[in-house]
Amino acid sequence: MRSPESDVSLSLEDVSVEFHIYNSVGRSLKKQLVRASTGGRISADSGHVVVQALKSLNLSLRHGDRLGLVGHNGAGKTTLLRVMAGVYEPTSGAVTAHGRVTPLFDVGLGIDPEATGYENIYLRGALLGMRRREIDAVKDEIADFTELGDYLDVPVRTYSSGMTLRLAFAVSTCMSPDILLMDEFLAVGDAHFIHRAEERLNRMVSRAGIMVLASHSRELIERLCNRAIWMEAGQIRAEGPTDDVLRSYAAAN
Amino acid sequence: MFALKGSQGRRALADLWHALRYPDLWVLLGWQDIRQRYRRSMLGPFWLTISTGVMVIALGFVYASIFRQPIDEYLPYLAAGLVIWSFIAGTVTEGCQTFIASEGIIKQIRVPLFTHVMRVVWRNFIILCHNAVIIVAVVAIFLPANALATLALAIPALVLLILTMGWITLLVGMFSARFRDIPQIVTNILQLMFFLTPIIWHPSLLPGRNRVVLLNPLYHMVEIVRAPLLGKMPGAATWIAVGVMGAIGWILAALLFRQFRRRIAYWV
Repeated sequence: MRSPESDVSLSLEDVSVEFHIYNSVGRSLKKQLVRASTGGRISADSGHVVVQALKSLNLSLRHGDRLGLVGHNGAGKTTLLRVMAGVYEPTSGAVTAHGRVTPLFDVGLGIDPEATGYENIYLRGALLGMRRREIDAVKDEIADFTELGDYLDVPVRTYSSGMTLRLAFAVSTCMSPDILLMDEFLAVGDAHFIHRAEERLNRMVSRAGIMVLASHSRELIERLCNRAIWMEAGQIRAEGPTDDVLRSYAAAN
Repeated sequence: MFALKGSQGRRALADLWHALRYPDLWVLLGWQDIRQRYRRSMLGPFWLTISTGVMVIALGFVYASIFRQPIDEYLPYLAAGLVIWSFIAGTVTEGCQTFIASEGIIKQIRVPLFTHVMRVVWRNFIILCHNAVIIVAVVAIFLPANALATLALAIPALVLLILTMGWITLLVGMFSARFRDIPQIVTNILQLMFFLTPIIWHPSLLPGRNRVVLLNPLYHMVEIVRAPLLGKMPGAATWIAVGVMGAIGWILAALLFRQFRRRIAYWV
């Protein structure tokens, strides 16, 4: 179910996200009941803090956009990616995605360390919404791309983190995602693999895709992205061509 | 492809519908859970069958003599009761972890949240099927009177029980994600209820008015499947109790799901 080129888009309108953070008091039903029955006067601690993680964000991505996200830890990059993935539904505002969205946040997603490489291809594939026969059809191609050979028959717990990354990346990109979201994903790959991964990403984006990449590696963003956003305290501090944004980000730090 | 708009009710229904329409995922995840638990063990999930079997035989002989019950009546009663109880208690206990344990998936990829509920219920159904071997064996050996006539009734009864487990799992899963002391509370209540529910003892052993067991919803949930296996018809009160619990429970769970569905990703 691939959408026609021109249809691939991702838009955020006036998106805000509030986190309700509960400590052990807010997490405990017993303590909450005691609080309610005492009118909240004995314990001043409601166990509950509200943090504004994203503030009225507007963003519109079209096919061919390769967006880099930069910013300090806690600036809202990961939250923004999760909103784009449809994982966090914003407190207010609208998110619309046209096309198959594939998040690549954590290499470990759906990976069962006790299962073999091949079994994990099926697990991760199913999480990405593939049916069994769809996976059957692309299994060999995935195996080729990982270059893991016979390792695919042994449990993943014996893999190095770089090998797990190859497996995860190969499965996630085998169905040509329309919108690919990555959070520091390529960090543990070796030079050879990163080179091949970049080739694949470029091919994918040239075929009417959108890519969003959050990274602390300036070099990686320069190489892969044609647009960038500098996030600060849940808002967009600067937006524009990669070079400009990276230059002002570097100047401010 | 998704659009985060439309009423919360509509989105909650869409979540439920998509989870049911794409069973590949929860079927695979459920099997994987079982495989993971018993990997590197030769008998695999049949260890469950063995441990349940040992428990039934040991408890059976001890309690049959304590309660002065004929073994050919008591053993099938105990076997059916214990297996059904383990299904109920197992689903509810693991139901508390429905969303907490799936944090890794929930925070990374958009799959219907109801998928995780189906995964828990499905996994426990697989375990039930392994344990059911014990019931089949005991019923075949002792062949309670009329059992062949009523046996088929156990199937619709089981369907009703599974539907009930669905809303309970959704409900305790949501509550536990928000309040982390719920799993402990639930475990304690279940432990207590195991002894208060007629599983190792028969209601007829209660002195005087034994109708008090009818007030225990768990009695009806066990009895509706157990009675047909033992050649008896579940009473009208049991059918009504399970039916009404299912209807009210689903309405309640659906309302809460509509209200809190989108907060679950933030809670876990």
